[in-house]
Amino acid sequence: MDQYYKPEHLPKFGEIGEGNSELSQKFFAYYGAVFAEGALSKREKALIALAVAHTIQCPYCIEAYSKESLQEGSDLEQMTEAVHVATAIRGGASLIHGLQMLDHVHKLAM
Amino acid sequence: MPTFDRAPSKLSSLLKRQSPLASAHYQRDTLARVALSAIAPHGGDFSTTLSAHGISALTPAKLDIFQINIGKLCNMACRHCHVDSSPDRTQENMSRETVDHCLRALDRTEAQTVDITGGAPELNPHFRYLVDQCVARGKHVIDRCNLTVLLLPTLKDLPEWFSDRGVEIVCSLPHYRQRNTDAQRGDGTFEKSIEALHRLNAVGYGQGDPAQQLTLMSNPVGAFLASNQVKLEQEWKAGLAKYQGVTFDRLITLNNMPISRYLEWLEQSGNLQSYMEVLVNAFNPATVEGLMCRNTLSVSWDGRLFDCDFNQMLELECHPSNPSSAQAPMHIRNFDPDQLAGRQIVTGRHCFGCTAGAGSSCGGALT
Repeated sequence: MDQYYKPEHLPKFGEIGEGNSELSQKFFAYYGAVFAEGALSKREKALIALAVAHTIQCPYCIEAYSKESLQEGSDLEQMTEAVHVATAIRGGASLIHGLQMLDHVHKLAM
Repeated sequence: MPTFDRAPSKLSSLLKRQSPLASAHYQRDTLARVALSAIAPHGGDFSTTLSAHGISALTPAKLDIFQINIGKLCNMACRHCHVDSSPDRTQENMSRETVDHCLRALDRTEAQTVDITGGAPELNPHFRYLVDQCVARGKHVIDRCNLTVLLLPTLKDLPEWFSDRGVEIVCSLPHYRQRNTDAQRGDGTFEKSIEALHRLNAVGYGQGDPAQQLTLMSNPVGAFLASNQVKLEQEWKAGLAKYQGVTFDRLITLNNMPISRYLEWLEQSGNLQSYMEVLVNAFNPATVEGLMCRNTLSVSWDGRLFDCDFNQMLELECHPSNPSSAQAPMHIRNFDPDQLAGRQIVTGRHCFGCTAGAGSSCGGALT
């Protein structure tokens, strides 16, 4: 293995069933159901997935949901806003912990 | 890595640039060279794919739509244009004589819809004559309009003129927001398009009256398939009403065909292989029955007959079905409805563009 991430893995995702086809079938059936048109549109779900993909920093997911977002009719501005939502939540999650720091400081420092 | 560069403000035709892709033969060869045998069933061959689904050959159904590509001249030069239209295509315009041949042929068919396309069809000097003649015959007339042409000073009366005649306007608008529209059709196009839509709304188009039907047509801005037009229509209606104060009646979505300038873009952006894989892998047999080549006749500016506008651009002409006759390709001046009905539809790799996903046609999705 010359690299950890390989783009050609993405279209071969289904091969993960080699070690346990029952579990992979259940996973992909669930996955398909999650992304089907529902109370949220496929376009909205693709934008959520795009934001989450950036949060978990998964290059496979970023490729898949960049394509899917375009395919479902989103444009670059909308997709960029979705990434900023992920960024804001990640940054906010760090910053809100600053209140724990403040508590410790207020308790320990004069 | 594909890029989505902004559209150049002055794009000339492949023909003017003397690009090899100006040749239909070269385009067909380019498509044939895409290596699909390893990934695609049946080697990415369209007729073999049909056969595998029990369809021996595509044959015509009842002729509903008489489509006339009246010329390649256009006031715009879009990056995805399968016609290679642009302001520099001044030579290819249908003559009055050929328009009259079309009308005589129309009278010998049962087609109820005349679909006028281009180029910007409104720029042909015989355009209004053709529309009037079709309306007088009781036909439903469609004008495939790029919107911006309606702002030209000499054509500013067209919205009302169309309205008086009940012409359906099918407008190109790739996206209801500015970025993607300008990326595909040139900077400033979105703003002009919205102005043109306001003018059409002002004379009654796009407000639910079947006699003043305003249809928006969207092609994907990139190397992916068209979205679900029903879902998009809801979003577009809300978005255009809220942000632009524009209303319209329906949205249709079309896949981009790997032909002409879109083929050039696919090659230059490194997307040709993957796009062809997407089209071939998305083959949907449920689309075949409704393919537009089965109910449409496509006439070129010089009177040649084709199964569709895409075959026209690849110069895949309609031929009489009797192979032993060695007859010339069909032409509007010798129009024979029986010969047309008996022909076999010409197919090629580009046809996967119409059978992918929900299907694609000049009337939108097929399923």
